[in-house]
Amino acid sequence: MVASAEEAFRDEWGRVLAALIGILGDFELAEEAAQEAFATAAERWPHEGVPSNPANWLVTTGRNRAIDALRRRRTLAEKTRLLEAEAERATEMEEAEAIPDERLELLFTCCHPALSTKAQVALTLRTLGGLTTAEIARAFLVAEPTMAQRLVRAKAKIKAAGIPFRVPPDYLLPDRLAAVTATIYLIFNEGYGGRGELAGEAIRLGRALAELMPDEPEAQGLVALMLLLEARRGARFDGSGEIVLLADQDRALWDAAGVAAGRAALDRALALHGRGPYVVQAAIASLHAAEPRDWEQIAALYAELARLTDSPVVELNRAVAAAEAYGPATGLALIEKIDGLNSYRYLHAARGELLARIGRTEEARAAFARALELIDDEPERRLITRKLRALR
Amino acid sequence: MRYIMLINQGDSPTPADPERWATLSEAEQEQIGADYQALNQAPGVEPGPWMQPPEAATTVRVQDGRTLTTDGPFVETKEALGGFFFFEADDLDAAIEMAARVPAARLGGAVEVRPLKEGW
Repeated sequence: MVASAEEAFRDEWGRVLAALIGILGDFELAEEAAQEAFATAAERWPHEGVPSNPANWLVTTGRNRAIDALRRRRTLAEKTRLLEAEAERATEMEEAEAIPDERLELLFTCCHPALSTKAQVALTLRTLGGLTTAEIARAFLVAEPTMAQRLVRAKAKIKAAGIPFRVPPDYLLPDRLAAVTATIYLIFNEGYGGRGELAGEAIRLGRALAELMPDEPEAQGLVALMLLLEARRGARFDGSGEIVLLADQDRALWDAAGVAAGRAALDRALALHGRGPYVVQAAIASLHAAEPRDWEQIAALYAELARLTDSPVVELNRAVAAAEAYGPATGLALIEKIDGLNSYRYLHAARGELLARIGRTEEARAAFARALELIDDEPERRLITRKLRALR
Repeated sequence: MRYIMLINQGDSPTPADPERWATLSEAEQEQIGADYQALNQAPGVEPGPWMQPPEAATTVRVQDGRTLTTDGPFVETKEALGGFFFFEADDLDAAIEMAARVPAARLGGAVEVRPLKEGW
């Protein structure tokens, strides 16, 4: 078998599993079947060669294994009868050219709002990402049995509660799509702090979503946003692990191809008349990647994003951009109007920065001190300490 | 699939509390009544019996063979079950839609959607 077999397997995993869930109507059973099919393939393909349609082969093999397994467990008589009917249908399918791509159904099921966010994330990574339970547990710094239990519970709830395996109808789609994009972006952000493999996984999932919903601007916007942020990863920390602020980043360390790919995705989103929160965030990230930065435009987009999301954190970003565009006093005035972020460290850090710039040193010192109380991250603590020291 | 829809009134005004019920306009009161009636007649719905408010409840426990009774519901009154009905639906999405039609859900209460076990 070729060296990239593992990679190829992972690419097929989501599709094969989705198809098997579609046929068998049961996550647990489908996952066992998919695992057996992939194990059989790993054994046989090296000698017998890779079949002309690997996905079809894997689905058919998995489906046959599931039927065998159920026949052995005769107690589930009703289920077996159901499966025999399915088997007939599946045999017809075998002769068809391609299995239907049901990854989108799978994604919407895994991100159903009746599941907890943690369960959505874990299930999405397991089923569509093809990560093993051990890999997901490692990525989220929890013990493997804990993660295994989370996955088992989620699958049990899907079955018991009757969460449908389908792409939601149009009138539910805006909310449900927002749940899917939120889950993918959450995975990305888990990775952005340093665990790069999760960021890469989120981009893969986002690209699959955009490919499966080619007319959906928010899917393109999400991909654009993740690519643009990821392109700056190499410049975000210096050699000794210190945070480098965007303004001080060495642009040579940015991934130019990543920026270009992100902007291409943003162009597609805009061509689809996208105006949603991910498209706006991607547009902001794109402006941040330009030199010189158009702060007026950035501030205006943050204002739009604040309107869309009603988020005080976005208001804070808007204030920071406005400070760059129109001076620190303007930014400060906007910060003072923000409600509900009193224990948000970045509010105090930004306030301290702007106060320092207009020479209100004592107030700046107090603001930085308050930020320090709220920080639990070492590189951030050192950054604010540096700023405190720079105050005369 | 068959679901039991458990209605928690929460803070929502109900006729059981005439003072709070009076904070609603007559039109609102009529609308709530009409909404519950429509719910009970919706396809797939099997209405549950009317329940007295949680204040009328008695909670029973048995400890060391002794029956202990306490006044009121098992949980706090505000969180106690206010009513229920059964709903036969294709899937959870349909059940969630039905739950969203329960007036208590928009008046400060909530509806718990619980699938029923098939068979035994």
